[in-house]
Amino acid sequence: MIAIVDYGAGNIFSVKNALDYLGMPNKLTEAPAEIEAADEVILPGVGAFPAAMKMLHQKGLVDVLKSQAQKKPLLGICLGMQMLLETGYEFEECAGLGLIPGTVERLDAPGLIIPHMGWNKLEPGVDCPLLQGLPEEAFVYFVHSFAAKCPDANLAAWVEYGGKVPAMVYDGGNVFGAQFHPEKSGEVGLQILRNFGGLV
Amino acid sequence: MLAKRIIPCLDVRDGRVVKGVNFEGIREVGDPVECAAEYNKQGADEIVFYDITASHEGRGVMLDVVRETAKRVFVPLTVGGGIKTVDDIRETLRAGADKVSVNSQAVQNPQLIKDGADIFGSQCICVGIDAKKTPAGNWTVYINGGRIDMQLDLLDWVKQIEQLGAGEICLNSIDTDGVKGGFDLPMLKAVVDAVSIPVIASGGAGKLGDFAEAFERTDCSAALAASLFHFHELTVQQVKDDCRSKGIIVR
Repeated sequence: MIAIVDYGAGNIFSVKNALDYLGMPNKLTEAPAEIEAADEVILPGVGAFPAAMKMLHQKGLVDVLKSQAQKKPLLGICLGMQMLLETGYEFEECAGLGLIPGTVERLDAPGLIIPHMGWNKLEPGVDCPLLQGLPEEAFVYFVHSFAAKCPDANLAAWVEYGGKVPAMVYDGGNVFGAQFHPEKSGEVGLQILRNFGGLV
Repeated sequence: MLAKRIIPCLDVRDGRVVKGVNFEGIREVGDPVECAAEYNKQGADEIVFYDITASHEGRGVMLDVVRETAKRVFVPLTVGGGIKTVDDIRETLRAGADKVSVNSQAVQNPQLIKDGADIFGSQCICVGIDAKKTPAGNWTVYINGGRIDMQLDLLDWVKQIEQLGAGEICLNSIDTDGVKGGFDLPMLKAVVDAVSIPVIASGGAGKLGDFAEAFERTDCSAALAASLFHFHELTVQQVKDDCRSKGIIVR
């Protein structure tokens, strides 16, 4: 069973719809005990970094996410991915979960439209089990104005948008983060979710 | 770089697709969910439902359509038509739409754009525009499905839209819509050059090369068509293959 962490941010139903469609058992939950009992965890999110971190703290989810990430696969999506990093700089400096080294900063793409919104092509970084079985030209769907800055050793995929924009981060173990929306990225996105489900 | 998007639009009334759709192999030709699933299979980058239902009851039916589509189609969904208030936007997004498109209501109440963008984010507010050339050579904005000329200069309006926080513009040319002679490139180019938010070209696609031409001759981000795809004259895949063969980045 996959726990989809429901802490009150963003459209989490599209993530649930995609898992249901793929026949992957899942549950929306904000209960630490259910997250501990799950086989895998998805942390979704749309909105602003400090507000979302505040909600995780208020619901007592920060410690459980940090400890469970040592034991089972965790996938952060969009803002959920950004919160995996150490520090965010959206509106104000704010500590993240610190599961992936690095920061989250405003996208800097001179002459290009912010937010970075639309389909962009994944370029490979370090080996990552979630990116197995994708077509050579794999496009995924992005909507974001802030982006991760992390060491290349944690960069599983990036896209070109006024420079190298991190698309998927990976700690080499249990922790994965997708800046794009796999639940809105057609067959490629569904394959990434299937790969995540196949980890356990 | 971002791929250029190809967007099929489905006109829906009372939960049924308007204009006979004749896709092969789908169970129910008038079912918008089936049609959206077919477009998804063809490689559509986004799907637009345009609700032309007049009655209030029809809105609930449209939301059911969105809910069902969101369970089967995993690309962004946009819903336009009949969205008058912030509550309408909220309901539509909750049903599973990723964006809403506001048109006449935005002209009559520009605050709707600002309120929608402030509450839900610019990325989910698309402003649809119907415009037509004047004898003086500029373009003016029409409402109510192209029936009423608001005497509002198109380029003034698009700049205002951008300032209010719209995330995207869907620009339909009344002059080329239904003529099938290609998109209205002069109007499209004028709008793309006036704003820095993405612009979707709409109205006039009649043949394969029209899409690539819009991308080659203007910096529009996407191109939308309805009947051309409805009647199976072209598939989304054919359009993308043609664009790709001309060096345009598509998914």
